[in-house]
Amino acid sequence: MTQDLLTRPAGEPAPPARTGLLLRVLPPGLYAGRARMLVERSLLVNRRMWLVVFTGFFEPLFFLLALGQGLGALVGGVTGPGGESLTYAEFVAPGLLAASAMNGAVYDATFNIFFKLRYAKLYDAVLATPLGPMDVAIGEVTWALLRGGLYSAGFLAIMLGMGLVGSAWALLALPAALLVAFAFAAVGMAATTWLRSWQDFEYVQLVLLPMFLFSTTFYPLSVYPGPLRVAVEAFPLYHAIELMRGLTTGAVHWGVLGHAAYFVVLAVLGVAVAARRLGRLLLR
Amino acid sequence: MIEDTALVRARGLVKRFGDFEAVRGIDVEVRRGEAFGFLGPNGAGKSSTMRMIACVSPRSAGELRVLGEDPDRHGPRIRARLGVVPQQDNLDNELTVRQNLHVYGRYFGLPRARVRAKAEELLEFAQLTDRADDEVEPLSGGMKRRLTIARSLVNDPELLLLDEPTTGLDPQARHLLWDRLFRLKQSGVTLLVTTHYMDEAEQLCDRLVVMDGGRVVAEGSPAELIRSHATREVLELRFAPGGQDAAVPLARELADRVEVLPDRLLLYTGDGEAALAAVQRRGVQPVATLVRRSTLEDVFLHLTGRSLVD
Ligand SMILES: Nc1ncnc2c1ncn2[C@@H]1O[C@H](COP(=O)(O)OP(=O)(O)O)[C@@H](O)[C@H]1O
Ligand SMILES: [Mg+2]
Repeated sequence: MTQDLLTRPAGEPAPPARTGLLLRVLPPGLYAGRARMLVERSLLVNRRMWLVVFTGFFEPLFFLLALGQGLGALVGGVTGPGGESLTYAEFVAPGLLAASAMNGAVYDATFNIFFKLRYAKLYDAVLATPLGPMDVAIGEVTWALLRGGLYSAGFLAIMLGMGLVGSAWALLALPAALLVAFAFAAVGMAATTWLRSWQDFEYVQLVLLPMFLFSTTFYPLSVYPGPLRVAVEAFPLYHAIELMRGLTTGAVHWGVLGHAAYFVVLAVLGVAVAARRLGRLLLR
Repeated sequence: MIEDTALVRARGLVKRFGDFEAVRGIDVEVRRGEAFGFLGPNGAGKSSTMRMIACVSPRSAGELRVLGEDPDRHGPRIRARLGVVPQQDNLDNELTVRQNLHVYGRYFGLPRARVRAKAEELLEFAQLTDRADDEVEPLSGGMKRRLTIARSLVNDPELLLLDEPTTGLDPQARHLLWDRLFRLKQSGVTLLVTTHYMDEAEQLCDRLVVMDGGRVVAEGSPAELIRSHATREVLELRFAPGGQDAAVPLARELADRVEVLPDRLLLYTGDGEAALAAVQRRGVQPVATLVRRSTLEDVFLHLTGRSLVD
């Protein structure tokens, strides 16, 4: 039995020809084109953890009920991005949608990846195979994005059910949420490579919480005086909310593409930095 | 082809971490089908060398060819043909025993059906079939080690790198592991083993290098090393504290070479019993005596003046 265990079937397995754009531009030491194997692993692991996945979905829902319905009764109407009048729930829902895409992605890309990187030594094991740091980065970010995307899809369905969607453009809110989740996951993973202990996660909170509260999630940009507006416009979550609010309320203009481009750039930078840092940390 | 004679070829191989040189220019050649060992104490540079060969640590200087290729340029291609058992088990604790094998096989790009069949075979080989659906965490140290070895075989490697495969295991678990490694060797896998146990080196290795402080201090088969660096037998004399100094001059007279350890004298000689008789005739009174064959431990002691395991 050990005999057949160890004989390699003839002519097998030849490395696949490097087709595909990423495979052609990246050196083979960095990327083997097999990032999906890490997604497969995450699916296997999380098959038993659906509960954890669901809590991330209920959080924005509770916010929506408390703020949109509860507080909304006091607030009355808000002027939307296109100048139209919106109920407070219609206004706040896309903000929460963007925030949930961000939170889902960032939590997965920080806490979970930190654990796998520093304690479980998962990536040490992975990098002993033909996979490279870019496979790890893309695979893990993709999982975080799927998780964030799952939250967003559920939340969008609820918005639809509650009559909070004012336009067919809202169909594009799901791919937009995936893009936002990808970018936040990529940046989160890159940042995680610099974290040294669980205490350092306070820094993540320190960035996320103010961004969640002040990025026009709960009130329009016009509330801020001029200089503060510029600061808020620099938050990534602000761009995500603008993107979502434009799509769900139907106030779509060319600027929406600008917000999307912002996230494409963020995603590419995040993955590149994360892969480079992983290589630095583990392949030394 | 060159690769058919040497699976690993290192010339002047160096590994630096900052200013510190962990590996200081070693020459090694591992041939197909043999079991090759790196024997040395902790900190000798064994793991650093293994990681360079495993293509997960770039070399700082020197030449290195693994399976005929340069790790700097063809790392992934080489890794596809290697099996690696790292010093610290890094099994996937979020997966079951069987899933560990499945997922690892997928990292190598093997099709699902192939991975499934392979996993069953390997579970059998590692004697883990009845634990297949268990979590990894509660397994014993020996089982985890066997699973790590099974995992390293999922891609039918030509060269298997084992970094201290049995450190920390109880004697029974070690013997079971040695048996598995021996079977692998029989079936044609080339083994590269690091260890700081001389019995392990003697059990497993056809050839080995003795490493100390980042350098190779000796090279050969266990028997050759013992022949050229130690005598056939050793007479050990134990004394009460402070009692041995008086016996040193006599010991030097009787033996080819004497090592003075804190608690005993080692007399290297072709005939231990004769030396013991002579010692007793001259009225020296050790607390205990032992005549034994020389081991790699004696070789190491001779070459470095220290024992392997402190
Ligand atoms: N990543 C690292 N950074 C700095 N020093 C290291 C690193 N890895 C190993 N060393 C040092 O290199 C030396 C050799 O280590 P190692 O190769 O692990 O030896 P061995 O496996 O023989 O015990 C040790 O002194 C160790 O402290
Ligand atoms: Mg070591």
